[in-house]
Amino acid sequence: MIKKTVNNVTEALEGVKDGMTMMLGGFGLCGIPENSISELVRLNVKDLTCISNNAGVDDFGLGLLLHKKQIKKMISSYVGENAEFERQMLSGELDVELTPQGTLAAKCQAAQQGFPAIFTPAGYGTEVAEGKEVREFDGKMHVLEHAYKADFAFVKAWKGDEAGNLIFKGTARNFNPLMCGAATVTVVEVEELVKPGELDPNQIHIPGIFVQRIFQGKSYEKRIEQKTVRKK
Amino acid sequence: MALDKNGIAQRIAQEVKDGYYVNLGIGIPTLVANFVRDDIEVEFQSENGILGMGPFPFEGEEDADLINAGKQTITALPGASFFDSAMSFGMIRGKHVDLTILGAMEVAENGDIANWKIPGKMVKGMGGAMDLVASAENIIVAMMHTNRRGESKILKRCTLPLTGVGCVTKIVTDLAVLEVTDSGFKLVERAPGVSMEEIKKATEGTLVIDGEIPEMKL
Repeated sequence: MIKKTVNNVTEALEGVKDGMTMMLGGFGLCGIPENSISELVRLNVKDLTCISNNAGVDDFGLGLLLHKKQIKKMISSYVGENAEFERQMLSGELDVELTPQGTLAAKCQAAQQGFPAIFTPAGYGTEVAEGKEVREFDGKMHVLEHAYKADFAFVKAWKGDEAGNLIFKGTARNFNPLMCGAATVTVVEVEELVKPGELDPNQIHIPGIFVQRIFQGKSYEKRIEQKTVRKK
Repeated sequence: MALDKNGIAQRIAQEVKDGYYVNLGIGIPTLVANFVRDDIEVEFQSENGILGMGPFPFEGEEDADLINAGKQTITALPGASFFDSAMSFGMIRGKHVDLTILGAMEVAENGDIANWKIPGKMVKGMGGAMDLVASAENIIVAMMHTNRRGESKILKRCTLPLTGVGCVTKIVTDLAVLEVTDSGFKLVERAPGVSMEEIKKATEGTLVIDGEIPEMKL
């Protein structure tokens, strides 16, 4: 077994520097790498380019990095629910590249799987396609989108073993599996880190080959953005 | 009388057929689930990674790892499945989803739709809307016919940045059901008690009226 474990979040983020491009898993606040984000805040690295479907809320998730002005450029599909984000974007402090959600997923997956680029119909005829190569397939227009290139991918999984094999839970899966192996270094934090053999190989969502570093995360807040319930 | 949001959702629910996989957008489309007949089998897809989405959880049973695309806590029904975002949009791009219902700020008579950006004012992003409208073949737009200032949102050409081109097939508003055709918006039904004059006045795009237009049955 090739062991991927590191002792803590500080070891996991070794090599993180100013100006790097980071992928961060999560949809809204669901399935975000909370421990790695806290460590990025503590390290106070600047001028980051962050690829993440959303930008957190004002006081949690990527909002924590925005608040300390650590992010230079944000690549996302949806950035509502964050007043500080909006302020930085409108004042020009923050560069924002809005990308259709399925395209964002595909560009991560392309990086993971060695495709230099993909064609997608999403965004054709809109400002998203401006300046991009387009091509017709079967009578329908498609836009050429390049795979992302990132230095680090920060991923949150539910369970993982020391070999880096991962299992995700519910809709916390979202972009996390697609970012594994899509950057030079993939750092995974898990709620439960187990010994090899404890996870059923049939149930594994991401094999450890896509992971460089794995650690047991701590004190998950798992904040709910919109608590909606019904009466019994 | 013009319909409220629930009325629009109720009319759209009639378009949901037995055996359909349906993607519901945020806002009025989310309400459609409340009005679908209970004698048919339908599965709701949420693009963040669930098929077989159920109602909101009971108080105290909410799970931070189980949300819909609007980031609301939800439940998973028996037979549900979870998947990553690439597979989710694979379902959409691959045309496996039978019906897509989404909101809009503007719709044009050539089927263009705008719903993600107001330059200089609102920039929240397109989320999954561009992927949905680019691939889905059966798209119903749920929207109000006019904006708060009474200006038409059913237009000859969209004025806002587009989400997709030539993709909308049907529109259900507070005033009417419209179909996008080569000759313009074909008026199919009127909201109960809404006159032809009201609809004409609220529609900037070309309105095609062929014979008697029935009222919606709700």
